[in-house]
Amino acid sequence: MSLDLPLVWAGIIATAVLLYVLLDGFDLGIGILFPFAGSSAEQDVMMDSIAPVWDGNETWLVLGGGGLFAAFPFAYAALMPALYLPIILMLLALILRGVAFEFRHHGRARGKAFWTAAFAGGSVAATLAQGLVLGGFIQGVTLQGKAFAGGPFDWLTPYSLLVAVGLLAGYALLGACWLIWRTEGELQVRARRWGWIAAGATAALLAVVSLATLFVHPRIAVRWGFEDGAFDFAKLVPLLPIPLLGLVGLGVVALGLRRAHHATSLVGAYLVFLSGYIGLAVGFFPNIVPYGMDFRQAANADNALGLMLAGVAVLLPAILGYTVWVYWLFRGKVGGDAGYH
Amino acid sequence: MDLDALILSRLQFAFTIAFHIIFPSFTIGLASFLAVLEGLWLATKNEAFKSLYLFWVKIFAISFGMGVVSGVVLSYQLGTNWSVFSAVASPVIGPLLAFEVLAAFFLEASFLGVMLFGWKKVGPGLHFTSTALVAVGTLISAFWIISANSWMQHPTGFTTLPDGTLRAVDWAQVIFSPTFPERFAHMVLAAYLTTALVVGAASAWRILRRGPDQEPRLGLRMAIGMFAIVAPLQLVVGDLSGKEVLYVQPAKLAAIEAFWETRTEQPFHIAAWPDRAAERNRVEISIPKLGSLITAGSISAEVKGLKDFAPQDRPPVFIVFWAFRVMVGLGLLMIGLGAWGGWLLWRTQGPEYNQPFLWAAVAMGPAGFVAVISGWIVAEVGRQPYVIYGVLRTADAVSPVGAGQVSASLLAFMIVYAVIFSVGVLYILRLIAQGPETPSAESDEPPGNPLAAGAKEVAP
Repeated sequence: MSLDLPLVWAGIIATAVLLYVLLDGFDLGIGILFPFAGSSAEQDVMMDSIAPVWDGNETWLVLGGGGLFAAFPFAYAALMPALYLPIILMLLALILRGVAFEFRHHGRARGKAFWTAAFAGGSVAATLAQGLVLGGFIQGVTLQGKAFAGGPFDWLTPYSLLVAVGLLAGYALLGACWLIWRTEGELQVRARRWGWIAAGATAALLAVVSLATLFVHPRIAVRWGFEDGAFDFAKLVPLLPIPLLGLVGLGVVALGLRRAHHATSLVGAYLVFLSGYIGLAVGFFPNIVPYGMDFRQAANADNALGLMLAGVAVLLPAILGYTVWVYWLFRGKVGGDAGYH
Repeated sequence: MDLDALILSRLQFAFTIAFHIIFPSFTIGLASFLAVLEGLWLATKNEAFKSLYLFWVKIFAISFGMGVVSGVVLSYQLGTNWSVFSAVASPVIGPLLAFEVLAAFFLEASFLGVMLFGWKKVGPGLHFTSTALVAVGTLISAFWIISANSWMQHPTGFTTLPDGTLRAVDWAQVIFSPTFPERFAHMVLAAYLTTALVVGAASAWRILRRGPDQEPRLGLRMAIGMFAIVAPLQLVVGDLSGKEVLYVQPAKLAAIEAFWETRTEQPFHIAAWPDRAAERNRVEISIPKLGSLITAGSISAEVKGLKDFAPQDRPPVFIVFWAFRVMVGLGLLMIGLGAWGGWLLWRTQGPEYNQPFLWAAVAMGPAGFVAVISGWIVAEVGRQPYVIYGVLRTADAVSPVGAGQVSASLLAFMIVYAVIFSVGVLYILRLIAQGPETPSAESDEPPGNPLAAGAKEVAP
């Protein structure tokens, strides 16, 4: 039996990145919504609702980076220098918001105010940086051989800025949906309003980003049936479920927001993200460094991939198992009397 | 890639990893300490152990958080700044780092949530299990990262392909490279000592301020036990590790001891001012013949000097020589502190009543961190000019990024780390100054924790 190891690993890394976006997305979203909270006590509840799980959520980002290093070293070695500044910005922003979980509770008046701002600012900056990374990635990376050969600001274009703002709206939506699920009372009412605004912004920006992608990147447009002004409906048909999934997701979000129904809106938002994620993947697969390196060219040696797959086969089910258990343990509404430290 | 980007990238890596290593070297020990405290509490029902646990777990949470966020940086920085290293070395050490993430990071992060927030959500047995799993996670993490580092110090079990990338041919030799066992033991003992020194200092400070209550007495005595046993053991393990350097990295050994000539009866330099340009020590205070004895076990043993290596193959001498002396000097002081404390326990009414000892314990509080960073400098700077010893030079490993970008990022890291480090240390010192709450002063509130009181049992 011979396993297509690079393909399996492309699936694993793609799943890790998706899980990161879905899980840390609402963590970052809560930071984005932080300045709009009604009171410091509300901010405490918002933070407490993710405090037990944010660390585990962010670990998927470590797996995304570490996994890319380990499974697709050539992609890692080309993408990281190409996206140097937004990656560093993301790391610094994640540091500031990460330490805020603890520091905010130990600071006195000024300290608390500073770390409240750091949590919000760090979350916004990390999200924008991730959007710039994504935008820069979709635009493509200049390569010479397998090494990055472009300039330091290649990633900075109107398109990548648009993607960054779109991600900001999307994470805010995830954060609002999470709060609807996990809080009650005034905060939940507020979260519903945030949810409506974020859902509208997400829908609009998703549409704009999708169109911009087709216009700016002809290579992606070809996959969707647009070529040299001509349009091939037959190419689009098999892909239609992807945007449909996004529309269904938006409908579910609206349903959940109307009734403030448990996790319904969060599930809907997840469907929207899933649709965007698959839609992008269709645009550049099998490239792992668009548009000059596919995942096979970037893959690590088979013996390394095989060894790691053996580890994953044992460890990943365990990770998923105890992650689900921890979420289950901390289920339920988080009240305003949840004092910390 | 220009020289400036290389130097800046090295500075950035050194800075970010030296900052990072402070926290794991504390939290590896602290996690084990917390597991022991909780285990003792469950076994003896002595509330003092619980109150110590609740005190140290807050400090653990701060330190662990800082370790996590500074660690994320490292998993990306290999690519942003050392992309050639990544492409060349990943086929061999990629799996090691992936296993660290999969086997350790998720375990630590998930059960840390239970440890901090789960007091009323899980029973005592499961809570203790969570603490123990976090402790195990820190040790697994140390295992894989030291495995990768040991391989970079003394690479075995691989081959080089025509395109310059490496391939593993024997995973057992890669993971358990010959110097790995000693390095792993050395690192874990260093982490335990570092934690014991902080616990000892905090307990001593508390006793000096407010008298010998039960909690700080327990903390102090547990710390003394660790000094007395682990510090001498560390000397033995460190010596074993050093003996291997003689064979696998003779240039590093020559730098550690500032030997320039290859000869028998090498002197031992207590202090020296090595000058690379002049290829000699400008000033030295030495004991004749002792150098050969310490490093090779015999006065008549021939030990290589730096002049045996081409100038471009020599590591920096001054910093390696002095970092080694700082590490060993502090290690000897730790042994002394352990012996002193042990003697006080044995022959007097107790170390709690000896003011000079308590002040010495306070003064030694940061010694573990300094020793860890010094030891790390010896290991890493001593390996230069290679990043993978004998295989890949540091200068050839750097990313194709410009000096402008790297100086911007280095500056940003320095500012952000300066802020979070000073604030983090301030908050930790504040907690230490407050000290653990005595059980009598404790209210019925759930132990120090958050969601416990707030979350209602509502099905999702």
